[in-house]
Amino acid sequence: MSTYDNQLTEMSEEQFRHNQKEKKVLKTLAHIGIYTVCIIFTLLSLIPFWFMISNATRTTSQIYGKSLSLVPSTHLVENYKALMKTDEKGQASSSGTQNFDPVTGFRNSFIVSAGATVLAIYFSTLTAYAIVVYDWKLKRAFFTFIMAVMMIPTQVTAIGFYLMVFRVHLNGTLWPLILPSIASPAMVFFMKQYMQPALSLEIIQSARIDGAGEFYTFNKIALPIMKPAMATQAIFAFVSSWNNLFLPSILLSSNAKLKTLPMMVALLKGDIYKVNMGALYLAITISILPLFIVYFALSKYIIAGVALGSVKG
Amino acid sequence: MKRKGVSYAKWGYIFSAPFAIGFLLFMLYPIVNTFLMGFTDMVGVAKLTEPMHVNPAGIFKVYNDLLHNKTFGKSIVTTFILWILNFIPQITVALVLAAWFTNDRLKIKGKGFFKVVFYLPNIITAASVAVLYSSFFQYSKEVMGPANELFMKLGLIDQPMDFFVNRSATRWIVIFIQFWMWYGYTMIVLISGILGISPELFEAADIDGANGFQKFLYVTIPSIKTILLYTFITSLIGGLQMYDIPYLLTQGNGEPDGAIRTTSVFIFKQAFGNVPSYNVAAAASMIMFIIIGILSAIVFFLMRDKDEAELHKLIKRQEKEYKAKLKAEKAQGGK
Repeated sequence: MSTYDNQLTEMSEEQFRHNQKEKKVLKTLAHIGIYTVCIIFTLLSLIPFWFMISNATRTTSQIYGKSLSLVPSTHLVENYKALMKTDEKGQASSSGTQNFDPVTGFRNSFIVSAGATVLAIYFSTLTAYAIVVYDWKLKRAFFTFIMAVMMIPTQVTAIGFYLMVFRVHLNGTLWPLILPSIASPAMVFFMKQYMQPALSLEIIQSARIDGAGEFYTFNKIALPIMKPAMATQAIFAFVSSWNNLFLPSILLSSNAKLKTLPMMVALLKGDIYKVNMGALYLAITISILPLFIVYFALSKYIIAGVALGSVKG
Repeated sequence: MKRKGVSYAKWGYIFSAPFAIGFLLFMLYPIVNTFLMGFTDMVGVAKLTEPMHVNPAGIFKVYNDLLHNKTFGKSIVTTFILWILNFIPQITVALVLAAWFTNDRLKIKGKGFFKVVFYLPNIITAASVAVLYSSFFQYSKEVMGPANELFMKLGLIDQPMDFFVNRSATRWIVIFIQFWMWYGYTMIVLISGILGISPELFEAADIDGANGFQKFLYVTIPSIKTILLYTFITSLIGGLQMYDIPYLLTQGNGEPDGAIRTTSVFIFKQAFGNVPSYNVAAAASMIMFIIIGILSAIVFFLMRDKDEAELHKLIKRQEKEYKAKLKAEKAQGGK
């Protein structure tokens, strides 16, 4: 400590200023480097989408050889008509797509995502409530079990699930994509972590004294307290259900009317791909646009939710 | 004396029943199905409705064939290669960005903006992303995607090329897309981990005269070890299921020449290809399930209730101390 003091007093003012200056220069250099890297990654994130949007407004011949241009053209409506061509006739034409029907796709995706989200949110909160509020013999074992199965991916159970769905004749319906979200172990875990400090048992006690039933107490007292956690989890449940491709393409392939949006996008590939690039880019844009809007409207909560979800225990 | 009030225990069972039933029906039963299917001769759609019976060619025939199936073996290797080559740059970039964004001295402006932009690709439908990149790298008589133009302008290639006939080019494209979709997510996870470190640790390092890099190396990294491991293993589990991008980027079977045929693509093709071999797909799923199960067990071990573990340790230590004290007293008493 004393040597440090000595150094300070020995250091002349000029030296001190020189050091400060040096530090400032270093900091500026660091800033230049950091901002350059950040801007490069920003461009990396955004430019593909900009290419997509600007190409959605151009004809195939405009795209060919000049697709690097970031300036939109004027053929958006034309591309849209080409994309929609088949809807009026109900058949595929050489320049139109067979399968891309955004309205149907939206509807199906929305039904599945909304249904799955509502079930996942409600029943996960209910299960978390059972763990936090009540004392029952198997509680600890139950919670340990939930943590153990948290990582089981649907993809490994998919083949057996397909067999089951096929045998009860639910393939070609949206139910098998919605109902399984009743059991969402990861979400139960998150809800339990959030509920433990947020929900005071005294409130529940006083509700009981007032004569409230257990379901009533849960719906009217616990659910409102859990709203912030439910909102965050809802966004993620909705988006991941919306983006799902593997299960829908297994379970819905027998019913063309129930195709979800990602399934339609997947089918674009073998379709108008080689013929009309502008329409293809437009189709991708249409499939991405709602996510863009949702993301930029809710980005604050989404980013916070990602951060929250990772700090477990 | 304990006064027995109204027991609410039954409500615990009632409220957790939907989850339990949902789990049994939609997770456990399918897993049992998958497990059993691997031992049957279930090939072809007609077999789906028939009762299952043991494979006449031998109960372990499918597993045996699979373990000698080069395509399957290669698909596992491919999956690991695609994952590891995207994870290394992903975690590196995420760590560096996280270190910058959490460094108060650097005073970086627009952190919020950068976070939002870097995370953006993660939220976009992977199917759309795959088709988008597929058209960027497109090359045929009729159309040439922007990638060719860009690379020519940058002088990386002399003439337009078809990326998707080149095995390693196709792999690198998948690796890039995976990196592009996930580095922002990993960065946010790491930032929240770093923000959870007690500031006292950094202050202590400051007093010791550590520079920014030393602090990063000796304070930040050791403190976020658990989160790093968590990121590592969840990314591995997710990476092992990689499906949308490799399936949609080329013709749907990991072209060219299986360069991007991941295990999930292999399983899908087995079950829903021209000859639906459900038994092979199920057995392959089971093998993946075992691999993922082992990895999950590690996560479970890492994330088990920390306080409880601490408490357990404390109790043990106190027991030890107590015993030592007893011993010492005994020894003293003996004197």
